[in-house]
Amino acid sequence: MNLNNDKGSMSTASSSVTVSDQFPAGLRVLVVDDDPTCLRILEKMLGTCLYEVTKCNRAEIALDMLRTNKNGYDIVISDVHMPDMDGFKLLEQVGLEMDLPVIMMSADDSKQVVMKGVTHGACDYLIKPVRIEALKNIWQHVVRKRKNEWKDLEQSGSVEEGDRQPKPSEEADYSSSANEGNWRTSKRRKDEEEEIEERDDTSTLKKPRVVWSVELHQQFVSAVNQLGIDKAVPKKILELMNVPGLTRENVASHLQKYRLYLRRLSGVSPHQGNSFISSHSQEPPYGSLSSLSGLDFQTLAATGQIPAQSLATLQAAGLARSAAKPGLPMPLVDQRNIFSFDNQKLRFGEGQPQHMSSGKQMNLLHGIPTTMDSKQLVNLHHSAQSLGSLNMQASAHGNPSGQSSPLLMQMAQPQSRGQILTETSGGQVPRLPTSVGHPILSNGAAGAMLAINGIGENSRGTGYNSVSQTSSVLNFPLNHSAELPGNSFPLGSTPGISAGMSTLTTKGGFQEEINSDIKGSGGFMPSYDIFNDLQQHKPHNWELQNVGFAFDASQHSNSLQASVDVTPSVLVNQGYSSSQRNVQNSNVSAMGKPIFSVGEGSEHGIALNVGQHLNSLLVDNSTRVKSERVTDTSCQPTLLPQHFGQEDLMSAILKQQQDGLGPAENDFEFDGYSLDNIPV
Amino acid sequence: MERNQQLRRQLASMRQSLFDQGHLDEQFILLEELQDDANPNFVEEVVTLHYRDSARLITTIERALEKSPLDFNKLDGYMHQFKGSSTSIGAKKVKAESTQFREYCEAGNGEGCLKTFQLLKRDYATLRRKLEAYFQLARQAGPNEIACRPK
Repeated sequence: MNLNNDKGSMSTASSSVTVSDQFPAGLRVLVVDDDPTCLRILEKMLGTCLYEVTKCNRAEIALDMLRTNKNGYDIVISDVHMPDMDGFKLLEQVGLEMDLPVIMMSADDSKQVVMKGVTHGACDYLIKPVRIEALKNIWQHVVRKRKNEWKDLEQSGSVEEGDRQPKPSEEADYSSSANEGNWRTSKRRKDEEEEIEERDDTSTLKKPRVVWSVELHQQFVSAVNQLGIDKAVPKKILELMNVPGLTRENVASHLQKYRLYLRRLSGVSPHQGNSFISSHSQEPPYGSLSSLSGLDFQTLAATGQIPAQSLATLQAAGLARSAAKPGLPMPLVDQRNIFSFDNQKLRFGEGQPQHMSSGKQMNLLHGIPTTMDSKQLVNLHHSAQSLGSLNMQASAHGNPSGQSSPLLMQMAQPQSRGQILTETSGGQVPRLPTSVGHPILSNGAAGAMLAINGIGENSRGTGYNSVSQTSSVLNFPLNHSAELPGNSFPLGSTPGISAGMSTLTTKGGFQEEINSDIKGSGGFMPSYDIFNDLQQHKPHNWELQNVGFAFDASQHSNSLQASVDVTPSVLVNQGYSSSQRNVQNSNVSAMGKPIFSVGEGSEHGIALNVGQHLNSLLVDNSTRVKSERVTDTSCQPTLLPQHFGQEDLMSAILKQQQDGLGPAENDFEFDGYSLDNIPV
Repeated sequence: MERNQQLRRQLASMRQSLFDQGHLDEQFILLEELQDDANPNFVEEVVTLHYRDSARLITTIERALEKSPLDFNKLDGYMHQFKGSSTSIGAKKVKAESTQFREYCEAGNGEGCLKTFQLLKRDYATLRRKLEAYFQLARQAGPNEIACRPK
């Protein structure tokens, strides 16, 4: 790996990642091992590497140290087998709370254990006895992480035209030129790392940062499901997904996050009522929003909630990644949506109390506006209904109302998902359970997403509008930067979306759009991205706004669909990156980008906001989106206290939703929703 | 001087025989390489730590082996720990026997476990004794005596 300057300062494009000239000397390492012999040896070795070593023989103590001194360490090295706490658990905790790179070590070199390390998010796995040579290079993990985080930030910023080189547009989803920015920038920065990363990369390109759009994620999930979650290895997943330009590394890191997410899901009490988390254990339908990961799908299918075909469809859709063939996936999607919605709805009810009570919802969606989920669920539900009737996605381009609702919902969902995804993919992003993001997608959201995606692909128009709208909404939340993991779902690059996005007029136009043709499935996606972006750049709100504009334009025309084609995610991504890049992303045209690029990781808090807004949007969709809502950037703070008051939000939203559930029945008009009451 | 040289020669020969007899492997050399002026007794320090810690494990395993029926999972766990520690100082024979022991655990072969453990204990004690003598001599011969590495 060739840092910009050997070990000198990392001049990666932004000043946010600067390393001292002596780097990696002085790297602050925390090493945890219950074996005093090993601990001493490691300490000595690390000292020889000129690192600043702190040793610890108990995992709990290590966690305390990390918590007390949040920024006191750069990297953690931990043994796998420890008496007081499993090394993997420590690994997860560190990842979640501190987002530091963690290296696992063990005398056990069996594949399963190593794989476990990978799936739990370890950035490396060393076999004991550890050689000093292996330790000499651990600094790369720190740099890489910083770089990626930084990149995420950048991506959310404006699209740097200068840097962008058109990415080969084979990949429909994320190679849209709209996304270029994101990638290019990241790519550049990634250059050094790419060498390392590309080593066994199948792609011939320098790997730009991949935005995990909803579609992409769905494909991923499908692939994972096909292989079986235990057997899903990046290589096979990559093959199944068959996404040009996607590298094994991209898949691997995404898989890692996904697994973390799943793990978290199963770790979270299934009965939490996490409606968002479909938790396979629970009724699939409901939890789907968040957990509709591939697994969920299966569960759902199993439960009959979602007809197997729907599931298949979903998966197929996911896998297919088709270029948006209009009408093709849509019907499928619709079905799915419907189911998911239904499911969600069911869950929702149950989950409600639970949600409220626990912050679990948050778990799934860190940063993802849980509210969104609830609302989305509701929305989805409604939309499902509407969808069923409207079959909007597929065909209803011109049916704004009907479509919008589902779309809106979908949008909401993707957003959350995006957020989650963002997180996951971001890696660096604060640990939001990335998997959380996925589930959402998969679930009802997925349905919605699919719908959206599918729709987006096909009938972008419908989906996008809504999406855009959400995006607009999202803008506002941008300010919050909680830790929405930006990366998760960067909506694939949907060039089309940008078009669609254009319609997303954020604030003002927004409402109109929403009501009018929510085509925006594309817009949907942006939601999460926006969140992500938002997270990163608080000031990005306006970016979303820009997006909104884009949407407006596209909304009104069915052409949106065409344009949106790419997938909302794309838009999102783009938006995201752009927003990340610079807050000033005021270019309307780039809308898709700013908003959507949120996906990667920065947006944590934003997601929440966005979600909320989205919800509001959705609710209002039939009516105008409340202007306040849309323009509610300022609200965000209230909505999302800087810290991500997701739980509160979720509770609030849940409450609202509960209240609004009844009324929500009306199809698209989520009038019943008192989403507006999002706690502000 | 002469005496010192003699000591050093003796020390070197002791060291070499540990390798030749298969008691130690390269890991020990790596430990020696880590030793420097700042930590002139690093190797001895680590070895001492190891024996202190592993003695506890040996006792634990012994007690576990007296139980009936044998809890192979637990035994395997203990041995995994013990093996890790032994590996880190380069105790070659002991490490091999630990591996063997774990294999017997996996196979549920109590007899094999018991036998292997006896061998392990014996080699463990032998190495410990030899290393103690070695370090004692090293201290007499003066610092940096362990510098000599087989090439």
